[in-house]
Amino acid sequence: MATVTSLANPTRFLSIVDAVVPFLAGLTVLLLGIGLYLSFFVAPPDYQQGETVKIMFIHVPSAWLAMFGYMLIAVASLGTLIWRHPLADVAAKTAAPIGATFTFIALVTGSLWGKPMWGTYWVWDARLTSMLVLLLLYLGLIALWQAIEEPGRAGRAAAILALVGAINIPIIKFSVDWWNTLHQPASVFRMGGSTIDPALLTPLFVMMGAFTLLFVLLHLISMRAEILRRRVHALQQIEVQRAGSGR
Amino acid sequence: MLNLGPHAIFIWAAYALTFVAIAILTVSILVDDRQQRETLAELERKGIKRRSARAKLASGKKK
Repeated sequence: MATVTSLANPTRFLSIVDAVVPFLAGLTVLLLGIGLYLSFFVAPPDYQQGETVKIMFIHVPSAWLAMFGYMLIAVASLGTLIWRHPLADVAAKTAAPIGATFTFIALVTGSLWGKPMWGTYWVWDARLTSMLVLLLLYLGLIALWQAIEEPGRAGRAAAILALVGAINIPIIKFSVDWWNTLHQPASVFRMGGSTIDPALLTPLFVMMGAFTLLFVLLHLISMRAEILRRRVHALQQIEVQRAGSGR
Repeated sequence: MLNLGPHAIFIWAAYALTFVAIAILTVSILVDDRQQRETLAELERKGIKRRSARAKLASGKKK
C-alpha cells in the first residue's frame, strides 16, 4: 500500500518510468524476437488447422490484452471515483487507445483466421459480437475524454461509463459457454488444464508475455506523456496570466 | 521463403496488419511523449515554472 501511495506522486512516478522504460523496451524486443522465431520456425502445424494455427500466436495475446486493458481501465476508474488517486485517471485515459488497438487486432486476426477455418470472415455470434462491443466501448471512452476539456470532469464521466461497460468482460469470457457459437470454447486457461499441445503452447505463452510487456511499456510511456501534457497545460495558463498582468 | 501452405495469404495478412497497427500505435505514443517533453522544456526555458518547482528553488536559495 505504501508503494501505491508513493506512486501517487507524479514526479516520483515519472522518475521510476524514466528508469524502467529502457530495460522494459529491451526485454520486450528480446521476448518478441524469441516468440516470432518459435512461432515461425519451431511450432509445428496443427493436425487440423495446418499452418493457420500461427495466427493464434497473435490473435490470442491480442484478445487477452483487449480484456486486460479494459479491466485496467475499470480498476483505475474505481481509483478515480473512490480514492481520487491522481494517477488513476491518467492510467485509465492512456490505456484506452492501447486497448482499442489490441481489440482491433484481435477482431481482424480472428476474421482472417475464421475465413479459411469456418468459411466466413464474420458471424454475429456471442463471442465476436461482444468483442465488437468492447471496441465500441473503447472508442466511446476515447471520444468522451476528447469531448470534455476539463480533465477532472472528463475522468469522472469516463470512469462511470467504463464501470458500466465492465459487465461486457465476463460476457466475452463466458460467451462460448453460455451460447452456441462458431468460436471454439476456452482452450488455454480452463479448468482441467490447457487442451493445446505443449509444442504450440510454449510459443503462445512467449508471445503472450511479449505482447503484455509491449502493452505495459506503451502504457507507461503514454502515462508519462499525459502527465507532461497536464503540466504543459498548467504552465501555459501561468504564461497567459503573466502576459495578462504585464509581468 | 517459409512454406505456409494454401492459406499463407491469411497468415501473412494477419501478421502484416498486426505489425502495422502496433507500429502506428507505438509511433504515435513516442511522438506525443517527445512533443510534450519539448514543449515543457521550452516553457521552463522561458522561466515559467510550476508552484512546487518555484518553492523548491526558493528553499534552495535560502539555504
